[in-house]
Amino acid sequence: MTNTSVATPQTAPPPSVTPSPPDQPLPGKGAVEGSATWRLSDRIGLAICWGLGLLFCAIAAAIVVYLFVQGVKFLKPSMLVTPATAGFTESQTGGFSDAFIGTLIVAAMGISIALPVGVGVAVWLVEYGRPAALARVTESTIEAIAGIPSIVLALFGTVIFSSTALGFLSRTSEGVVFGRSFFAASSMLSLVALPLIVASTREGLNAIPQHVREASYAVGKTKIATTRRILLPSARPQVATGAVLGLGRIIGDTAIIVVLLGATQNFAPTDGILPLNYLRGAGTTLTNFVYEASPTGNLNQPQKAYAAAFVLLMMVLVLNAAADVIHRRARKAGTWSH
Amino acid sequence: MESLTTPPPIRRLPLEDVEAATQVGASPWAPSNGNGAAAPGRFTAARRSIGAPQFSIRRMEIDDVSVSYADREAVKSVSLPVRQGEVLALIGPSGCGKTTLLRSLNRLTELTRTATLRGRILLDDVDIRQIEPTALRRRVTMVFQQPNPFPMSVFDNIAYVLREQGSRRQRKKALEPKVHSALERAGLFEEVKDNLDHPALRLSGGQQQRLCIARALAAEPEVLLLDEPCSALDPQSTQVIEDLIVKLRDDVAVVIVTHNLQQAYRIADHVAFMYLGELVEYSSATSLFGAPRERRTQEYVSGAFG
Repeated sequence: MTNTSVATPQTAPPPSVTPSPPDQPLPGKGAVEGSATWRLSDRIGLAICWGLGLLFCAIAAAIVVYLFVQGVKFLKPSMLVTPATAGFTESQTGGFSDAFIGTLIVAAMGISIALPVGVGVAVWLVEYGRPAALARVTESTIEAIAGIPSIVLALFGTVIFSSTALGFLSRTSEGVVFGRSFFAASSMLSLVALPLIVASTREGLNAIPQHVREASYAVGKTKIATTRRILLPSARPQVATGAVLGLGRIIGDTAIIVVLLGATQNFAPTDGILPLNYLRGAGTTLTNFVYEASPTGNLNQPQKAYAAAFVLLMMVLVLNAAADVIHRRARKAGTWSH
Repeated sequence: MESLTTPPPIRRLPLEDVEAATQVGASPWAPSNGNGAAAPGRFTAARRSIGAPQFSIRRMEIDDVSVSYADREAVKSVSLPVRQGEVLALIGPSGCGKTTLLRSLNRLTELTRTATLRGRILLDDVDIRQIEPTALRRRVTMVFQQPNPFPMSVFDNIAYVLREQGSRRQRKKALEPKVHSALERAGLFEEVKDNLDHPALRLSGGQQQRLCIARALAAEPEVLLLDEPCSALDPQSTQVIEDLIVKLRDDVAVVIVTHNLQQAYRIADHVAFMYLGELVEYSSATSLFGAPRERRTQEYVSGAFG
């Protein structure tokens, strides 16, 4: 109601400007509040925050720079295409192509299980969530999985994948199921990525205002059509972030690789048709190779450990950059007001 | 700084009929119908020259409808006709049930689990409970308070409505004429015709809202529901949309919920005043604002509460 606020030019009072007392500091350039007027404890707190921030930046920079220097020094492109072989010196033992390809396989398989399941769970939790009790149980289950150490998942995985019923997923000899294969490792690794994907997708779906869903229903669309065409595309940046974080965890995991992939330094295919024989067999990944090649490992060839660690780091950095690009593109496309 | 430029005059509902004409006539975005001088009298000054409706066909019939959320009754036995050829405005203070009533017209209230509806709502003499919700919502479409284009291109926003549920079938080419005509009816085509593949969320607020209207029109509805469509917009965009609403009343029955009494007065043919869930008064805009029968209406339109 505007009746009460009729203002004519003559009666409009000028904005009252009281001159500030001379002892008060004038606002600085850009009106940034200085900490000079703060209490001492607040200023110490601010200084600690600054210090810690710089410290973490320094640590991250040190890791990246150190690995970059070592990586450039020791990495030869041939290492990515030469499998590891037995030998006495570092020049005789080949590269780590099997580990490199193993990482790619594990990442691809793990994420292709975790992504659809994770997105599905998140959609169900946010958009349906009935019965409420089941939704609550699902939520705490996901949280529980997120909290389980991967070595425990690995141990549990050996129980599952050594069972006769799942014998077709790994090497079997005389009725004994080996239980270690790319299938077994990827399945368990997908559990490592799952909570991240669920959390991130939920965040994305929750950020969509309710009226956007209703706008789709209000032109006669079903819930499924709305989810497919409106909600999931809107949540794509967050889904991508979850996938990238999940991939990072999969690539970086070592415990499950050691226990469930056999951690052989080369592929150990079973018999059978081409892709399946490799996937049913044991193998290794870069993380395991770095561990083995480090001075504490069996291979003890630190130069190759640095080279492999550098490759690993680059993969993760590229993934993070990709997530960043997706986010920036989404921000450019605009969003709704709530 | 204060007296360099004359501030824009504030449009308001004239209580005493003397000052109304000059106040509104000076407004830069008010339509020029004789510099305000030619339109003296109560309320006629703020009114645009929209003219009386050419015809009116009853499309929807709200018959003794009550809506409750759990045990709180939001709408209490309201009966109203909704006619094509006219704009019906629902006014009333916040929480008076006008939005709930609007949402019950295309069964959007059913998305709220606790909501229950009693009474009947007829669309062309068929009870809407007998119509499949998705089919009903294509015949009774809705535009919301916040502009909410879908996160896709301008073209796809309309095409989404035209296509079958989640399908991508029906090629762009086949849909082009329908998309263009929907945009044209919403008065947006000229502005976006070169940028049909740009993301819709990059349009200005007013354009986004007209895109939402185009989207609602693309389904070829019989009734168009508008829930405070201008409350998030600037005055210029508001005027464009108001003009559009008046233009649309011949093709669809228009129901608009508004907080803005002046807006109701400018564009509505019939006005329903609701208070605490009850329909207090329903009559033509001129008589409801000019000579309200009920005391509560009188007090509300004069600004005594709200």
